[in-house]
Amino acid sequence: MNGTNEKWDALPISWHEEAAGQLEASETLLAWFEPDLDNRLSYARGLVVLTDRRLLSRRAQENGRASWESWPLTESMSLRTDEHGSAALLELADASGRLACWRYTAAQATAAQRLVQKWASWRRGQRAGSASERALAVCPSCGAAINADEGRCEACAAGPVKPSLSALFRLASFSRSRAGLIVLGFLLTLAATTASLVPPYLTRPIIDEVIRPWETTKTDNSSLAIWYLGGLAGAALLAWALDWAKLYVLAWVSERISADLRAKTYAHLQQLSLEFFGGKRTGDLISRISNDTERLCNFLSINLIDFASDVLMIVMTAAALLWMNPLLALAALCPFPLIVWMVARVRGRLLRGYRQAGAAWGAMTSVVADAIPGIRVVKAFAQENREIERFNASNERVFYSANRLNKVWSLFGPTVTLLTTCGLLIVWASGIWQIYLGRITLGVLTAFLALISRFYTRMESMIRMGSAVQRASASAQRIFEILDKKSNVPEPVRPIHPGRLRGKIELRGVRFKYGTREVLHGLDLIVEPGEMIGLVGPTGAGKTTLINLICRFYDVSAGAILVDGVDVRSFPVEEYRRNIGIVLQEPFLFYGTIAENIAYGRPGASRDEIVAAARAARAHEFILRLPCGYDSLVGERGQNLSGGERQRISIARALLIDPRILILDEATSSVDTETEREIQAALENLVHGRTTIAIAHRLSTLRRADRLVVVENGQIAETGRHDELLDARGSYARLHQAQMELVYGRDSSGK
Amino acid sequence: MENNGAANGQARPRPFGLRHDAWGRLVLIDAEGRQHTGVEVVRAFPISDPRHGIAICDAKGRELVWLADLDALPASLVQQIKDELTQREFMPIIHRIVKVSAPIEPSEWEVETDRGRTSFVLNSEDDVHKLDEQRALITDAHGIRYLISDIEQLDANSRRLLERYL
Ligand SMILES: Nc1ncnc2c1ncn2[C@@H]1O[C@H](COP(=O)(O)OP(=O)(O)O)[C@@H](O)[C@H]1O
Ligand SMILES: [Mg+2]
Repeated sequence: MNGTNEKWDALPISWHEEAAGQLEASETLLAWFEPDLDNRLSYARGLVVLTDRRLLSRRAQENGRASWESWPLTESMSLRTDEHGSAALLELADASGRLACWRYTAAQATAAQRLVQKWASWRRGQRAGSASERALAVCPSCGAAINADEGRCEACAAGPVKPSLSALFRLASFSRSRAGLIVLGFLLTLAATTASLVPPYLTRPIIDEVIRPWETTKTDNSSLAIWYLGGLAGAALLAWALDWAKLYVLAWVSERISADLRAKTYAHLQQLSLEFFGGKRTGDLISRISNDTERLCNFLSINLIDFASDVLMIVMTAAALLWMNPLLALAALCPFPLIVWMVARVRGRLLRGYRQAGAAWGAMTSVVADAIPGIRVVKAFAQENREIERFNASNERVFYSANRLNKVWSLFGPTVTLLTTCGLLIVWASGIWQIYLGRITLGVLTAFLALISRFYTRMESMIRMGSAVQRASASAQRIFEILDKKSNVPEPVRPIHPGRLRGKIELRGVRFKYGTREVLHGLDLIVEPGEMIGLVGPTGAGKTTLINLICRFYDVSAGAILVDGVDVRSFPVEEYRRNIGIVLQEPFLFYGTIAENIAYGRPGASRDEIVAAARAARAHEFILRLPCGYDSLVGERGQNLSGGERQRISIARALLIDPRILILDEATSSVDTETEREIQAALENLVHGRTTIAIAHRLSTLRRADRLVVVENGQIAETGRHDELLDARGSYARLHQAQMELVYGRDSSGK
Repeated sequence: MENNGAANGQARPRPFGLRHDAWGRLVLIDAEGRQHTGVEVVRAFPISDPRHGIAICDAKGRELVWLADLDALPASLVQQIKDELTQREFMPIIHRIVKVSAPIEPSEWEVETDRGRTSFVLNSEDDVHKLDEQRALITDAHGIRYLISDIEQLDANSRRLLERYL
């Protein structure tokens, strides 16, 4: 067994050979990292390796060779990352100064941090003599939990956008459950197409056996004529019946498929984490769910069937033509390859055009979805005209993108018609010539013309469909873009069911980043079951972020949050959240009645429970004053109510689920002091027996708290009781003093 | 919600009386014999559960008495409360929709209700709200509410007129 190779196993294969030479016999590899920039910030791949005794580095030289350096690890050494600039820095220093530094882009940030973490835990292990812990890491670009030893995020490693048509083929997976009906529809199409071919085919015998004999020799074949006419009528009736059945079956199937697709997309959307919605515009999502699925439905119901029947028809007519007269058929099909070539050329342009048009449409919907909820602000700042212009601008873009498509299309369509007319012309010319030579009868020519005109009509409609296909595949791509998104708050592979929690919360070295910006820098805190914690600190300190992490709206970038001793990432998200009641800074009510809104988290709650929760939140009396009491409609987003009223309803909503963990994020910031006092009184009973985390700006709100935690710049500055913190004369004392000055004026601040 | 003991105290109705004073105002005499003038009787769930959850509030809107269930009260008092509620509440029940003036809002509706024939203006289709499978609530331009207690019971023409809104 080759011991050296095994040690370097974790490294990318390309380094194995080179790195192997650098290693000493008993040295073990701890971590590695590939800086991707040189110190002048040009791209250059390097390697930094941490072993149990050295830090090694390989740098590319200008002459294309590489040089290795190494530093034995000492007590005074420090390794840190600095990710403030757009290119990050890993720095090795000791007491005398900087020893070396490496530059890298955000793509390597996780690996660099892992190296530093390994370094730190190895150092800790050295000092304490304990085994080094396994660091949990999170992908910085998408937030999915990743294996720290791999440092590669599978969610992000997904390749670039797949080619266009495959999106349409993926629709097949939605159709599988309806396969029987689809096959039926297809068979009906086949039958209908065959039936519709009968009339032109009968033209030949009618002319050659009935009309021509009469014209030339006055032979009376009327009995035959009746048979043929009957055949024509029968075929027409049959075609009608088959068409009817086919259209109905396929329309049903396609409507069903797109309804399934809509349902699936919406359900998937609901599962995605907050981060996804942070980066998305509502209007665009609405447009994807409504417009794009509608387009797909149209495509499936109208175009796809036509397309299939056209292809069939073309193949069958071509066969019939060849069978009747191969020479004439070949002449007639002359322009066909040319048309196929043109279609191939235009296809890509159409797809790009439709994607652009879809995006433009989404952007336009977004403008509306953005402005309408903010209409009060628009009016207050008298910006109606600006909003109109904003809408017009995006509307123009919709027009422009549609126009670009039309430009291609308007030239393409007639060109195809021209070519098909040419085909007909060729048939006429060569037909006349062949009749001249006596090679074919008039009946054959007529039948031929009837067939070929059908052939080219079908051809044309199929080509027109090309645009519908591209449009549909653009829509399908937009839908699958959503369906392919993974939640950044992934469900655990081996879930632990929380049941009803006790409510002990433990933060261990919690760090969190929005994108690349770290807003929480290592928080440690233990909250006992039933304890009430007051979180205070300046705005932007990261209090809401911390709560988002506890609720698992996001996952930590590093460190862990444990509830009842279990990492929250091990709980199924839904079961875990059922234990948490949240009252947010901006209360959000849904369209519906007040009772429905209060019972939102527990739709089965009885009316008595709803009233009790409303009483506890001091909402009962104002609700009684509304014209319909608890049955009053609150309007979209609760706009018929005042901010304080909305807030009290959202408090009632949180209380109704009787949560183990109650979270109040500036829950009382928009109510007047009188109401706040009332809510306070109610909360006194309610926080009892629940772990409560309350954020408040008015420090007086938190006087019931067992402990106050002061958060500053993403770190915990102080913890303690009110009077302890005042005595400590730290941040809290300053905050407190500032508020006293606000309330009582400057002079009383000294007391 | 077992632990909101503070609120539950009000849920148990204590003896009280109602009467009208010389100005026709409603007066509540509470268990301690105090008189509250100008009180109002309101239903908490006038639409979804009109028979339960009735509150008596004072002129400022503070709740004085909460009656979870009228059955627990003496019959005379129940009658008094019911009379008071019918006095206060005006919500015609639509039996038939005669005519809707236009297919787009605002439209004028002509209806037959339990309180007679009337017409009203509907401002937007959002003002027709389906409560459950049977019932619908219509709010007109003045905020007056009309109830349709059973959509199935309407005649075919009314249903056809209503269909688009539900
Ligand atoms: N969704 C987000 N994306 C990017 N940055 C955010 C987001 N939410 C908050 N931040 C930033 O994180 C910091 C902490 O915010 P927050 O936790 O809301 O502070 P607060 O203590 O006032 O509740 C702020 O600087 C804010 O700008
Ligand atoms: Mg906040």
